[in-house]
Amino acid sequence: MLAKRIIPCLDIKDGRTVKGINFENIRDAGDPVELARMYAKAGADELVFLDITATNEKRKTLTELVTRIAKQINIPFTVGGGISSIVDVSALLNAGADKISINSAAIKNPQLIKNLAEQFGSQCIVLAIDTKFENNNWFVYLNGGRIKTDLKAVEWAIEGAKLGAGEILLTSMNNDGTKNGFAIDITKQISEAVNIPVIASGGAGTMEHFKNIFINGKADAALAASVFHFKEIEVIELKKYLSSKNISIRL
Amino acid sequence: MKTVIIKYNAGNIRSVTFALERIGIEPIITDDIAEMSTADKVIFPGVGEASSAMNYLREKKLDIVIRELKQPVLGICLGMQLMCTSSEEGDTKCLGVFNQKIKLFKSTESKVPQIGWNTIFDLKTDLFKGIKENEYQYCVHSYYAEMGENTIATTNYDLNYSSALRKNNFYGVQFHPEKSGVVGETILQNFIKL
Repeated sequence: MLAKRIIPCLDIKDGRTVKGINFENIRDAGDPVELARMYAKAGADELVFLDITATNEKRKTLTELVTRIAKQINIPFTVGGGISSIVDVSALLNAGADKISINSAAIKNPQLIKNLAEQFGSQCIVLAIDTKFENNNWFVYLNGGRIKTDLKAVEWAIEGAKLGAGEILLTSMNNDGTKNGFAIDITKQISEAVNIPVIASGGAGTMEHFKNIFINGKADAALAASVFHFKEIEVIELKKYLSSKNISIRL
Repeated sequence: MKTVIIKYNAGNIRSVTFALERIGIEPIITDDIAEMSTADKVIFPGVGEASSAMNYLREKKLDIVIRELKQPVLGICLGMQLMCTSSEEGDTKCLGVFNQKIKLFKSTESKVPQIGWNTIFDLKTDLFKGIKENEYQYCVHSYYAEMGENTIATTNYDLNYSSALRKNNFYGVQFHPEKSGVVGETILQNFIKL
């Protein structure tokens, strides 16, 4: 049976991990490769690297980093953040990324999803959607949640899937950072509306939150950052817990 | 030990190369026929679309070369599918090494593509030496090989399909051992030791 996936997310700036990540047992907590290796060993099913480097000239650092990760990590990984063209995607996939995620660029030019899917295959194109619930609707935001659009999350997910996205990475801005749990309603709505996998993101605080997003939110995978980085939840303990709740998990 | 990865217009050659390097093998990536025929092991990787991949192989006459290889050959993902008789993807006639047909998942229950870790069972041959039943391997695919006499591993995704095939010196796996942790690396090692 296909397992539900647990995905730690690492924020990268200028080739280094950011956020005050606090680890004792690794030599360099700022080195994404070291962290990635630790998570792979701990049972993570996949990894996401989100590049928050602002400038284009630093992009080369990212492709070099991707190759270092690909050489050393034996599980799949996705690279996202500021990807806006076929050239960007080609460089990252050639560097060794398994998948890339696109967000704002796809909102500005939905045809990009189609072009990428045709050129590289849907399996490596993840559509990231940042959404916020307000005025009784889930609206899509761009530029890292700074600019509101008129798009509704469910409709955008359906269109993205139709254009050839292979997965949806759904972040609820209402839940992100709260540690009060994932956004179950919108995740479930989107998971039932599209026939591609949905990765839920934003709000993880306890192991039970993961159980709920898989069972009630119908998520195919769950992504989190700080609860893993600060060891509030250990990946292996989480997976044992979920397995004990009869959720299909790779142990 | 000379291990060749067949170079053609399909993705994941890099990740297969890196995975082999992690287990101490330095593969040669080539579409040169002489190099291929003198190799001890040949790996036929692939992520991509069936009909354009087959067209490329025919143009380069690699279709004939691959069929006639005598040493152990391992097809991975699309590589395995191209070694079957035909694929519903682009209505493509394939190499016909294995007797299986490749079909599209037409599930109403499950999502397509299948993306993630799924179990492999009913394991046969030394390719799976030391691998326990129901270990997880990473899968990314919309098309699958039917069950049949060449099946040496099975996976269930609404229906049972061949997650690995073998005929004579030819082996194929639908999953990605190069991305499947320590278990995947063991399978690659087993292939190298065949």
